Order: sequence, then C-alpha cells, then structure tokens
Amino acid sequence: MSGQEPFTIEQLCKCMSQGKLMGGKCKKCGKVHFPPRPMCDCCFSKDFEWTEIPTKGKLLTYTIIHIAPAQFQSMAPYAMGIVQLENGTKVPGMIKEAPLDKVKIGMPLEIVFEGCTPTQNWPQWPRYHFKPM
Amino acid sequence: MKGKPLVSIVSAGLSKFGKLDGLYGREIFAEAAKEAFDRCPKLDSKRDIKALYVGHMGESYEHQGHTGATMADWAGLLHIPATRTEAACASSGAALRVAVQAVLSGLADVVMVGGVEKMTHRSTAEVTEYLAMASDFPFEQWQGMTFPGLYAMMATAHMDKYGTAEKDLAMVAVKNHYHGSMNPKAHFQKEITLEAAMSSRVVAWPLKLYDCSLITDGASCLILTKPELAEKYTDMPIHIIGSGQASDSIGLYERESFTSLVAAKIAAKQAYEMAGIEPEDVDVAEVHDCFTIAEIIAYEDLGFCKTGEGGRMVEKSETKLGGRIPVNTSGGLKSKGHPVGATGTAQAYEMYLQLTEQADKRQVKDAEIGLSHNVGGSGATATVHIYRRA
Repeated sequence: MSGQEPFTIEQLCKCMSQGKLMGGKCKKCGKVHFPPRPMCDCCFSKDFEWTEIPTKGKLLTYTIIHIAPAQFQSMAPYAMGIVQLENGTKVPGMIKEAPLDKVKIGMPLEIVFEGCTPTQNWPQWPRYHFKPM
Repeated sequence: MKGKPLVSIVSAGLSKFGKLDGLYGREIFAEAAKEAFDRCPKLDSKRDIKALYVGHMGESYEHQGHTGATMADWAGLLHIPATRTEAACASSGAALRVAVQAVLSGLADVVMVGGVEKMTHRSTAEVTEYLAMASDFPFEQWQGMTFPGLYAMMATAHMDKYGTAEKDLAMVAVKNHYHGSMNPKAHFQKEITLEAAMSSRVVAWPLKLYDCSLITDGASCLILTKPELAEKYTDMPIHIIGSGQASDSIGLYERESFTSLVAAKIAAKQAYEMAGIEPEDVDVAEVHDCFTIAEIIAYEDLGFCKTGEGGRMVEKSETKLGGRIPVNTSGGLKSKGHPVGATGTAQAYEMYLQLTEQADKRQVKDAEIGLSHNVGGSGATATVHIYRRA
C-alpha cells in the first residue's frame, strides 16, 4: 500500500482480492475502521493510514441458513456467522469446511479469500469465508 | 392524569390483511382511508386534511415509487402535500413521527398518516431479496446473509447468553396466533400448537417457519390533529403522549451487542420521558415481532422485564391477553401479517381500538396507556410511540 489509495470499500475489495484484510486507522483518535471510511465517525478526521487486520478470530454468533437467496440456494443449508478477529474487528461471513453440527460460539476461525467472480455487472466484489483453524 | 397530549388520533383505518389477489397497493390504501373517513363523519376530508405521510418500503414490489402522491390521489386527497417516508419495516412508524412533528409545528392542523405494501404477488425468493435490501449489502447480503438469518444470529446469541430456549420462541408464535384468531382482519386467523411451531421447517436455525412473520398485503392509516381540535371531529379520540425514534449501524455485525437493539432502547427512553411514564404504566403494547426472538428482545429493550428475562415473560403468559401486559393483541406481525410499510401505523390502529374499547374479543379491560414499537431492518431504525385514552 503506497498510502495514496482512497479509504473506500472499493479499495478494501482490491486488497481482499490480493489476500489481505485492510482497515483504515484514524491518525487522530486511533479508531480502526472496517470497512474503511472517508471520515472517522468518532472524531470526524479524514486523516487515515492503512492497517492490516488479523485474519484469525473467534465466532461470536451464527445461524444455519436453510432458505437462501436464489444465488445461494444450491449451497443451503450453510452456516453464517459474525467473527471477532484478534484486533477486535467484527466481520460477518459464511463458515465453510466445518460440519454444521460442529459450528459453535467461541470456535476459532480464520478467513479465506475467494477472489472475485468475473462478471460484467456491478458489483464486482470478492467473496470470502471462514474456516476452522 | 399522566402524559400531556402531543397530538390526538381522531380516526383510524385498516384494510384487510392477507393475500389480496387482484388488488394494487393504492386500492388497498383506499380501503384503509375509507374506513378512517367513515369513522369520523364530522371530518370534511377534502377540506380539513392538510397533508399526507405514507410509509412504504419498496418500489420493487409493484414497480411503483412516488408513493406519497399516488396514495393521496387514491385516498381522494389530490393536491395536498403528500410525502413517502422509508425506513424499511419501520417506514410508517417513521411516518407517524413525521406526522406528529407536522401537527406540533403548526404547519398542518389535520394530517393523515399511513402505510402500505403489496407483497404477495411476488415469489418468496423475490420478497426475500427485496427485504434483504434493508440490511448491509457488501458484507451481509453479498456474502449470503438473509433477513431471517440476521435475527437468527440474535436468537443464537440470546440463547447462549441468557438460556433462552427454542420453546420460548415458539411460545411467542403460539400466543400471537391465539390473539390473531380473534382479529377478523388478521392474515392468519388460526391458533397453532406448540408442537406445530417447534416442528415447522427450519428457515434459518434456530428460527423455523412459525418464528417468522407473514408476507402480507395491507394498508393502514390514522387521522391526527391538535388536542384542542380533537373534540371538533370526534367524541372518542385518543392522545399520543410520547414519541421516540433512533438509528443504529446498518450492519448488525458492527454493533456492541447482538442481544438488544440500542435504537429501540433510545427511542423507548425518549418516549417514556416525553410521556412522563414508566414501563410498568403500560397496559397494552404492539411490538415488532418480525421474528419471535424480536418480541423477546423488545420486552427487554422496552423495560417490560429485566435484560435476559424476555423468554421467562412469555413462559409465564405475562404478555398473553389476561396477563400483566398483553402484547400484540392484534396477532402481531406473526399472525396479523407484516405488509412492511403498513406495519407501524397498523400497530397504532390496534392502540386506537384498544384505548377506545373497540377491540371486541381481544379487548384489554380498562386499558389506559398503550405503546407501539416499530423496528426497521435488523434494528438500524426504531420508533416508539405512547398513547393514552382521552
């Protein structure tokens, strides 16, 4: 990161395509934003630096989705959860590579980047999931 | 008497809730408006109503936006200022708040406020997709999250932290269907058994089919005026004595807690303080039971019980008709149905019936103070209104 990239969701997606989870750290108050924001919601500063976010954490809560949106229905039932990473950042996502009855609050997980499915349409965002450590 | 009136409700209307085949949203809204006009013969609607606020969530359903003007036209109120409010499932709770502000400001003496949604002509997959638009797109929807999934994650967290059981969730559904069986306008007017609720198919574990509210068509409306003008229009008004609204992060994942809705707690605090009442003073309430867990969390956020004890409240039948504080006597979103944009003012309609002794078989005896709690999305918007018998 050269430090010149804008602190946007689009830029975060580019980083994720390269296998990195990045947040915007407010240089004034120190808050780490995930996703990055153009303005700090704590102190209104626009002065940020990129900070790499740990990819390992633990599961805070979860659900097993049986009725899914059309594009995910072939994967159902699947687990979705909210994971708290080692620096405290919370990220929602799918949990794969774990038997559904073994998914438990507190289980250690790490993020896996899937890259972006090429398409002509907006949005071209990468997907990711979590897997047991 | 507690609570200085902010505004008065002089009339109210509600369409039939259900699968209303062959009807457009505007036609359903006209049905609700007609009831409100008929209940209030002293009101000259064309002359007296100075503004309309309409809650409506999605133009995707009917390929129809610009709902404010559309509904004013079909309610026979052409040319008055008409504005749509959108706050997902709290769209008409937010409209009610704006309508209260309009009357309080002195800009309009009499206003109509309502809500409408026509949903059942769309497939479940389409409705699921449209409703999900009320959640965060890049990190929730795009990664495979659904609306039931978000509330299911709250349920899992609540069960883990407080020992709330899947049976407690099912008991909310059984109670609300019991109430709805007495509401001739409810979508699903049938009682269900605990066994049926517990064994219904899983939508997003731990939530099953009977933990989810219904996809419904419907419309609702109220007519508000200044308290000093209420008697001019009716000898049976009720007063709104408290109004609160708050917001939160669009993404559930960004929040401190997954077992409570901060926006609802803030809105409730504002409304209680404005009304000068405590949670114990509430005699009857309509809360946003889009999913059964949401009703349990609502009890806690509104102070009807201590944090973590919502499940026990329903186990002890405290919120059933005849209990300490009957909740969702209309059947709630669960049994009456949830035409999302119409829900907030449909809750207020039930308060109007209860506080004017018109709730028939589901009447709460001597109810003086009522409360409605309307939530948008996974809690990024919440509105709370408090009502008092005149």
